[in-house]
Amino acid sequence: MSQAGQGTAPLAQQDERVKQISPLRKALIRPELGAIVGTVAVFAFFLVFASGSGMFNAQGVLNWSTVSAQFMIIAVGACMLMIAGEFDLSVGSMIGFAGMSIAILSVTLGWPVWSAILVTFALCIALGALNGYIVVRTGLPSFIVTLAFLFILRGFTIFFPQMIERKTIIGGIDTAAEGDWLAPLFGGKIGEPVFLWLADQGLIDVYTRGTQAGRPIVDGIPMLIVWALGLMLFAHVVLTRTRFGNWIFASGGDAQAARYVGVPVSRVKILMFMFTAFCATVFATCQVMEFGSAGADRGLLKEFEAIIAVVIGGALLTGGYGSVIGAALGALIFGVVQQGLFFAGVESSLFRVFLGVILLSAVILNTYVRRIITGER
Amino acid sequence: MSSFDHNPIVEMKDIVKHFGPVVALNGVSFDVRPGEVHCLLGDNGAGKSTFIKTMSGVHKPTSGEILFEGRPMQFDSPRDAMEAGIATVYQDLAMIPLMSVTRNFWMGREPVRRVGPFRFMDFRHANEVTMEEMRKMGINLRSPDQAVGTLSGGERQTVAIARAVYFGAKVLILDEPTSALGVRQTANVLSTIDKVRKAGIAVVFITHNVRHALAVGDRFTVLNRGKTLGTAQRGQISPEELQDMMAGGQELAELESSLGGTV
Repeated sequence: MSQAGQGTAPLAQQDERVKQISPLRKALIRPELGAIVGTVAVFAFFLVFASGSGMFNAQGVLNWSTVSAQFMIIAVGACMLMIAGEFDLSVGSMIGFAGMSIAILSVTLGWPVWSAILVTFALCIALGALNGYIVVRTGLPSFIVTLAFLFILRGFTIFFPQMIERKTIIGGIDTAAEGDWLAPLFGGKIGEPVFLWLADQGLIDVYTRGTQAGRPIVDGIPMLIVWALGLMLFAHVVLTRTRFGNWIFASGGDAQAARYVGVPVSRVKILMFMFTAFCATVFATCQVMEFGSAGADRGLLKEFEAIIAVVIGGALLTGGYGSVIGAALGALIFGVVQQGLFFAGVESSLFRVFLGVILLSAVILNTYVRRIITGER
Repeated sequence: MSSFDHNPIVEMKDIVKHFGPVVALNGVSFDVRPGEVHCLLGDNGAGKSTFIKTMSGVHKPTSGEILFEGRPMQFDSPRDAMEAGIATVYQDLAMIPLMSVTRNFWMGREPVRRVGPFRFMDFRHANEVTMEEMRKMGINLRSPDQAVGTLSGGERQTVAIARAVYFGAKVLILDEPTSALGVRQTANVLSTIDKVRKAGIAVVFITHNVRHALAVGDRFTVLNRGKTLGTAQRGQISPEELQDMMAGGQELAELESSLGGTV
């Protein structure tokens, strides 16, 4: 192909109708714009209305960071899957199911906690693969297939503990997890020496009474937050910088066109269902390690919260377009608003109103931005 | 360079294709040589689509022989045909509008760069090659990050053609690349076809527009109701004759006179 175009090379001219785009505009026009604007707005709002409430001291920051990190873990999974062109409505049920599985295996059956965790991960990822396999093989909308799993998994999550223990909440996981080598990876904290030092310097408050007297109020970063940031970084790099990431975009953008050039679309989609299940299980494991118990109603409605965060983050519901960073910011907005209204002393039912308004405005802005980027009409 | 110095790269002899009781192709013979544009003309339903799908490995012929580079060919899938060097650019199935030009160009064949144990997509190389290949085809992209959706229909066809050529197509099958385009866009695509021919690639150009065919074609084969009505060399046939052959002559002649001869 080296000789093509010889002698006619300078034929192409810049089309005079293509306007030059200023660097500032180019920097602004990105899929995450809605989420970035939303994040700034939310922080500005609470800095004004809740700055005196302790929302921005160490404990307050830890509080909303933890809640945001929970949203972030499932939003990252949902984001990758949505870009690959599919939904998973069974995420919430999967969270309940995974937590209950760990509880039953470790507390009721007395397995070591690490083996309960590993078996639960294997089980849930296999269920994710089953979800994906059914979607890919039948060609049914993933909406329907995973809606079925929403009920199937939730049903089992209520049925098993009731049959075995005659209750729907199983506790005692914290005692079972003592001395376990794997549990701290989900329930532990890192950076304790740094926080002790900060407390010594008087930068973090210390407890003045009780058994913990002298300890800093915040004594480390929960592994939950580490998982959230790690998963976000991993997913972002895979999506934007690798060959597999290109296949994810292609599978969601136009599966037929992708198949035609040799992209293994079915494999990509099934792997994304497995990744979503993995994220849900990480969420569940962190949660049972933190609470020390598993409940049959855990994770209710989480699938929608994940999808909302992803959509605020600029992803297209029909697939092929989106950003992990955007989804993570969407999750941050979620967490900050939910906890911030509490700090600001606002009636907590208004959380839903606020969320609806943010969702709608972010999506309208995102739709506008996307039209500019992709030339959609 | 005359294309007749070469032997045909693809030769199809007496191809018959049945779909159940329907006879889609009833003994079609066709060949194309490196460095020539062989136009396949026919009205809607003439069997053009079935014919190119047979050539590109989507359908297996019911009977008949296909030779590729002189040897009988057996393709089980379009992917096999692509690996061998037969690339098809379909009118609509070529590009993903939401993705950037670079991502589309390299889709399925992304270049990778190793960093320690990790393998990343080599965007610098991919962007450079994309810009260069598009420039050769006469399109200056604003940026390789530009989404394909922002390109015009003709430019999208050109990206698809440039992609096929860059990845080593020896035979390029173009399925009605000009049918949905405006005048200026059509001229651009036709000039791209001309460049591809000059690079020594065999081009099969499917169209139902006689003027587009005559603008770039070296040879013309007309399909009608699943049969070839014959092959003509450039200069041996007039536009009117081609048009008549395509549409079955008499009826159209009457229609045309009532429309003032502009069809």
